[in-house]
Amino acid sequence: MNGRIDWPAHVVLVLGAVLFLLPIWLVVTGSTLDPDAIARGELSLVPRLGGLGVYASVMTEGSPGAGPVWRMLMVSAGMALTIAFGKIIISVLSAYAVTFFRFPFRMTAFWIIFITLMLPVEVRIIPTYSVMSDLGLINTFPGLTVPLIASATATLLFRQTFLAVPDELMEAARMDGAGPWRFLKDILVPVSAANIAALFVILFVYGWNQYLWPLLVATDPKLDTIVIGIVKMIGTETKTEWNRVMATAVLALLPPIAVVMLMQRWFVKGLTEGDK
Amino acid sequence: MASLVLKDLSKSFGNVAVLHGIDLTMQSGEMLVIVGASGCGKSTLLRLVAGLEAPTSGRILLDERDMAPLDPAERDIAMVFQNYALYPHMTVFDNMAYGLRIRGLARGDIKARVESAADMLGLLPLLGRKPRQLSGGQRQRVAMGRAIVRQPKLFLFDEPLSNLDAKLRVQMRAEIRRLQRRMGVTSLYVTHDQVEAMTLGDRLLVLHQGRGVQLATPMEVFDRPANTYVAGFIGAPSMNMLPATLSHGGTAAVTSLGAVIPFADGRRPGEDGRRLILGIRPEHVALDPAGVVLQIDLVEPLGSETVVIGRLPDGDLFSVKLPGASPSAETIGVSIPPDALHVFDAETGLRLPGGSAP
Repeated sequence: MNGRIDWPAHVVLVLGAVLFLLPIWLVVTGSTLDPDAIARGELSLVPRLGGLGVYASVMTEGSPGAGPVWRMLMVSAGMALTIAFGKIIISVLSAYAVTFFRFPFRMTAFWIIFITLMLPVEVRIIPTYSVMSDLGLINTFPGLTVPLIASATATLLFRQTFLAVPDELMEAARMDGAGPWRFLKDILVPVSAANIAALFVILFVYGWNQYLWPLLVATDPKLDTIVIGIVKMIGTETKTEWNRVMATAVLALLPPIAVVMLMQRWFVKGLTEGDK
Repeated sequence: MASLVLKDLSKSFGNVAVLHGIDLTMQSGEMLVIVGASGCGKSTLLRLVAGLEAPTSGRILLDERDMAPLDPAERDIAMVFQNYALYPHMTVFDNMAYGLRIRGLARGDIKARVESAADMLGLLPLLGRKPRQLSGGQRQRVAMGRAIVRQPKLFLFDEPLSNLDAKLRVQMRAEIRRLQRRMGVTSLYVTHDQVEAMTLGDRLLVLHQGRGVQLATPMEVFDRPANTYVAGFIGAPSMNMLPATLSHGGTAAVTSLGAVIPFADGRRPGEDGRRLILGIRPEHVALDPAGVVLQIDLVEPLGSETVVIGRLPDGDLFSVKLPGASPSAETIGVSIPPDALHVFDAETGLRLPGGSAP
């Protein structure tokens, strides 16, 4: 703060950054190398510019064991967006109900939601699969996304956000003649916009990275997400083309990075300010 | 213009009774100030009128219409909140226009109303700003503007000046009064600040522990407080209270220090020896070298006057407000002019008016 550069801090910072960036850089360079060279363990830190064509190739043609990457990116994006928006809508509504309304068993409802926090997707995956199967939703897009939409965490976060909204704001809106829907739409959601944006980033990345559930529920290659696709490429029967796998991995990284970068300003604001 | 009538209005939260049977009739265009210490139920009373809380019993009539079945928005009442409750994401214009939009007014009407209110409050240059870009005083104005544009039958003010600094408070106080007179809207104003209460109200309702203790004009409340609570609450510094007993056939009081003070306004009922509390405002105490000796404890110079807090020979605190500079001595002699005396019953705390027959 006194204008002088704090060298030890910078050294630690650079070391940390290198530690995080090195594996990613390796993947980026690896994607441009010759597959046989990688198989022999000859990884280079310098990308081979001539190998960049692999990106266009995986995008449109795909790799042995998996379809074209553009399709898997679409499936992943569709899933991540549906999960993120679905979670936000459901959680805002349920948090609105338990925070602003007085009804019988209000706290019971809240605690039931809260308790489900203790049950991660993996624990309830068999019953969930059975339910989806009974509903005939196996190998469908709703089957891929709907079970992941209910969210205790987001409900809890929104409840905290809403509790911090001054009562007078609701009372002022009531005197202005705003009913429950109008208050939600005109006042509460805009006031919580920063928190919603922050949560959107987290939930998008969560949805994007889903692995176990898509693996179980969607066996149709048309519903392969990019994460599943990468695994499928690392085949056991054929020789794995590592440069293609790495190129796909790089492409899989880009959308979450884009979302984080676009929403960064809101994200930090939402997590730190509690902007009221 | 509307008249407000409260009939035997009570409110309990669970087992806790907050208001006990408030009766009140307000004339059209009147500004009535509800004053009391925190926790006396004054804000609850306001919220009942606004419709934000439902009364446990009793009735609220606005222009002879029962308010009970109506939502806050249907009551034609506007409220200014203590922390202003402005919508943080809306501009000043939108804050004021929101209620009108919900009511479905035409765009042109909304714009005209908001601009005329903004003009009245000096907010025209600020209409495009967000609340966070405004100073406390400006936010206060926006909150008032939001109430004004509605053109309601009744204004409710919930301690609207308590978040402002002292200078701004004085300025806004005058402004509220001017606006209210000009618009002639019946207003109910809640405050704990006795200066606000005295200066703003056509009448005061003093609330104490959920009961209306006195309803009268500010000067009446000051000159003839109904009981010891009102006497101590209104006026700064507080009225001095001295224990005393009735004597001389009800025509005088004897203080615990033995001083005999005759009543200037007639005799009080009761046997000699009845326990009384005598009240005397600090500004009415007379300097008297032959009077009771006051050991000076603390001197608070206020410029045009000086407050002297001292101890009576029996150790009780006693304050005196003197015009001009502070006395240099360590003791002063004081006496109580009989015509400035307030007499209360020691048991009930109620005022004992003079002039009862022997």
